[in-house]
Amino acid sequence: MVPFAGWEMPVSYKSIISEHNAVRARAGIFDVGHMGLIKIVGDGAATLIQKTATNDLSKLSLNHCQYSVLCNESGGTIDDLLIYKLPMYYLIVCNASNTEKVLPYLKKQAKEIEHADVSLYENYCMLSVQGPRSEDIVSQALNVPLAGLRRNQLLWWRDIIISKTGYTGEDGYELMVAKKEVAKIWEALIAAGAQPCGLGARDTLRLEAGFPLYGHEYDEETSPIEVGYGWAVKFDKGDFIGKAALLKQKKEGPKKKLVGLEIDGRLIARSDDSVFDKELKLIGKVTSGTFSPTLKKPIALAYVAAKEAILGNQLNIEIRGKKVAAKVVAKSFYKR
Amino acid sequence: MIPEGLKYSKNHEWLKTDGNLATIGISHYAQDQLGDVVYVELPAVGKELKAGEEFGVVESVKSVSSLYSPVSGKVVEINPSLGDSPQLVNEDPYAKGWLLKLEMINPSEAQSLLSAADYKKITETK
Repeated sequence: MVPFAGWEMPVSYKSIISEHNAVRARAGIFDVGHMGLIKIVGDGAATLIQKTATNDLSKLSLNHCQYSVLCNESGGTIDDLLIYKLPMYYLIVCNASNTEKVLPYLKKQAKEIEHADVSLYENYCMLSVQGPRSEDIVSQALNVPLAGLRRNQLLWWRDIIISKTGYTGEDGYELMVAKKEVAKIWEALIAAGAQPCGLGARDTLRLEAGFPLYGHEYDEETSPIEVGYGWAVKFDKGDFIGKAALLKQKKEGPKKKLVGLEIDGRLIARSDDSVFDKELKLIGKVTSGTFSPTLKKPIALAYVAAKEAILGNQLNIEIRGKKVAAKVVAKSFYKR
Repeated sequence: MIPEGLKYSKNHEWLKTDGNLATIGISHYAQDQLGDVVYVELPAVGKELKAGEEFGVVESVKSVSSLYSPVSGKVVEINPSLGDSPQLVNEDPYAKGWLLKLEMINPSEAQSLLSAADYKKITETK
């Protein structure tokens, strides 16, 4: 068990690589009860979200969810989120470590809007079932038909919200379950064949898929445009916090860009390792690095000067005092 | 998982002696704490190590740990299988997952290392 944002979380139940491989080949289950769930209700709810988040909420259909980003005035990221549109209210899923920042921030922004009430969605928590067998496992364990559910769509089943979403690069489902029911449902999903997976595999899976993680790829000084998620910033939707700074960044081009790096040899780059160009000039730093269990080699995400962010570009990473050759590749190291 | 007949260091290396020759690896406890080992860096054959000197690293998916030589001596052999199969350190830490063999300068150093029973106490108080 390790402390994680105020929660005690297992790094692994079995071993990181075996859990990772179980998700790629079959299915794994993740206790993501630490994720922040925030409810926004009232006639002003949509106005509040449009004002604070970068994506265009008017494009979000009922019973679907949308990826979006909360930016500060300078375009840096407060948090990245999923926004669920439910019949009576919106539900926001934010990062565990950011809940204590996002909740008061949204409450403060809500004061300027009539009828927008922000509160913790306290009685529910999240489980995630991911992998090619996840549809069979969830439908069998909960006796729910899932065949028609599309990516980013959700359904209510008894007291459970099931959305076809995830953070592993596989098809999968995230379940919002009443806290008093969650242990029973966790057991049922394991009995149906899901391998329990810890924080370690969650990180290697998201990294292989090239997904950013707050605190590594995202922070208050880094914009979604630099992450490469400009598609989640909609300038034609009206005004929102951070718009001017983001628009300037889009027009001028960001100074740094997030890239994938494939590394020669077996040394693993870790966050904060320095990245150099061919002439050994410092041009950036690693944000996340691991050994890819699927590709069986080290991979990393790094911010580099925008002009160096070209696929195939040969760079160097300094790992424990040694310069190691690395090549710029697509961030999605793994694609299903 | 702490075999009798081996000597142990506080840094979780084990040592098996045969005359002047010592075989060194990491304990079951250490490999379990590290998780999946994906890379092992070892010194070149011929290198002379002092007791307590760092001689390499073992890297798992989640972390990197330094390796320290429990005794002084010259490296005479390194495990050739670990380059392609670093997971042997997890699967078989006391046999196929050995790290290196040293020709000891002062074999009496080995006697001051921990017995299996004493090492067991260390792993239990953690």
